[in-house]
Amino acid sequence: MASAEEASRPFAGLSDVSISEEIPVEGDIAVPVGPSTRDDEFSTLDEPVKETIVRDLRAVGNKFIHVLYPKRSSALLRDWDLWGPLLLCVTLALLLQGGAADSDDQGGPQFAEVFVIIWFGSIVITLNSKLLGGTISFFQSLCVLGYCIMPLTVALIVCRIVLLSGSGKVSFAVRLGVVTASFGWSTFASTAFLADSHLTNRKALVVYPVFLFYFVIGWMILTFSPGN
Amino acid sequence: MILTRYQEQLEVLELKRTTAGPVSEPAVLRPQGGGAAVIDMENMDDTSGSSFEDVGELHQRMREEQEVAEEAAAADADGADDFLGVKGLKGQLGRQVADEVWQAGKRQASRAFNLYANIDILRPYFDVEPAQVRCRLLESMIPVRMITFPQKVAGELYGPLMLVFTLVAILLHGMKTSGTVIVEGTLMGTAIGTCFGYWLGVSCFIFFLAYLVNAQITLLQMLSLLGYGLFGHCVVLLVTYNIHFHFLFYGLWLLLGGLSTLRMVAVLLSRTVGQTPRLLLCGSLALLHMSFLLYLHFSYHRILEGQHRVRARTGSGLGQVQH
Repeated sequence: MASAEEASRPFAGLSDVSISEEIPVEGDIAVPVGPSTRDDEFSTLDEPVKETIVRDLRAVGNKFIHVLYPKRSSALLRDWDLWGPLLLCVTLALLLQGGAADSDDQGGPQFAEVFVIIWFGSIVITLNSKLLGGTISFFQSLCVLGYCIMPLTVALIVCRIVLLSGSGKVSFAVRLGVVTASFGWSTFASTAFLADSHLTNRKALVVYPVFLFYFVIGWMILTFSPGN
Repeated sequence: MILTRYQEQLEVLELKRTTAGPVSEPAVLRPQGGGAAVIDMENMDDTSGSSFEDVGELHQRMREEQEVAEEAAAADADGADDFLGVKGLKGQLGRQVADEVWQAGKRQASRAFNLYANIDILRPYFDVEPAQVRCRLLESMIPVRMITFPQKVAGELYGPLMLVFTLVAILLHGMKTSGTVIVEGTLMGTAIGTCFGYWLGVSCFIFFLAYLVNAQITLLQMLSLLGYGLFGHCVVLLVTYNIHFHFLFYGLWLLLGGLSTLRMVAVLLSRTVGQTPRLLLCGSLALLHMSFLLYLHFSYHRILEGQHRVRARTGSGLGQVQH
């Protein structure tokens, strides 16, 4: 009650103000003209294409750096985009194509298969995360999962280079080590971004499908052998 | 003749309106001579019909106008039947009906969308804690002997779903290490199809049988039960895809596969009445569950030891031994 009185004290003087109906209220209200380019700031239609592309590339690159050094930050979540995941997914699928286990040409995963696995897996993990009570949105989760495939893509490139020198036991051991390290890195990176949005005791439930997902991708990379 | 009577009524109506004094509300509809009802558009510019309140207001106004006009027409007409009154306002009525049909259709579509595209339907089935999942995984290997009254079955889908995905991953690992070649289709597709097909298909089949014999179990409970029953399969396959001994596999098949099957059978027994229904239900489940494990081991995995031995003997012309 006292606080209400205090609050109304600054306006107490106004309670006596009354305007009679005969006096017409008229006049001009001059609003100081703010930056008239306010609309132009949000409209990016007029800028040159190069600027748009460079800005988007910079945003994508920034997120890649965040994945390389995963610390708890909201950069990936704040300005999510799906360019990075698309780029990584296409790279992964292209590099994994052309692998053949035997003389048959269907031993390796095809482009569409990799694509479907990555996107379907991401969607399932996102739905699971939301159903467990997660607070991040659908596309933010897709963004994080897609960007965190980057270490595995790097591992695939390394594996292909190693395979150029032969496919013996040593090369297998090297590949196994590289893929395991990058798989752990991917899981850790995505956990750093995703798990914050959950209650602490359910983190394990959210992380497990992510672990499975990257395990399957890592398995596809490890078992890849280029055809003759 | 009908037309002239109608025109007469409209003129009377018009006269009444003009002599009635200032109109209290804006006249959106002014029936003019000749039977044409015209909607005055100048009042509609501001509403633009895009907000619900505006459209609602518009409908309300139209309805009121129509009621007023109908009352006036009915009061003035001497023995004129309703048919004429309604026909005279045909344009407005037609438009109103079309509007209402559109609104009803839109309402139904949005209701259907909210019903089916709403993942919140599944939310209660994912409301678990890690400790609960761990408990249930361990309990799935422990058959409970009490079958006198129905045993509790957890109705959750997180554990079963994760177990199916784990089985897919293990199957892929097994297929690749044994160099399985799938002729039509892909490894991933086969693994996912097999595991999900088994989980969903056998659950539905057993639920259907349960429905026939009037057992007390719902589809959700059956999905949950069978999903957790796959835990034993996962463990057995994980071990035997890496350690290749026949007897190890058969021992684990009997032990772990048997335990998880017994648990499911005990739950179903506790919920079924009658000897024959029990036999039918539990027999089919046991048969399907145990044979699935056998199938997973033998079709997607050739024991590498056998292959090594065969390769050494190929020179002597013996046929390839496949396990």
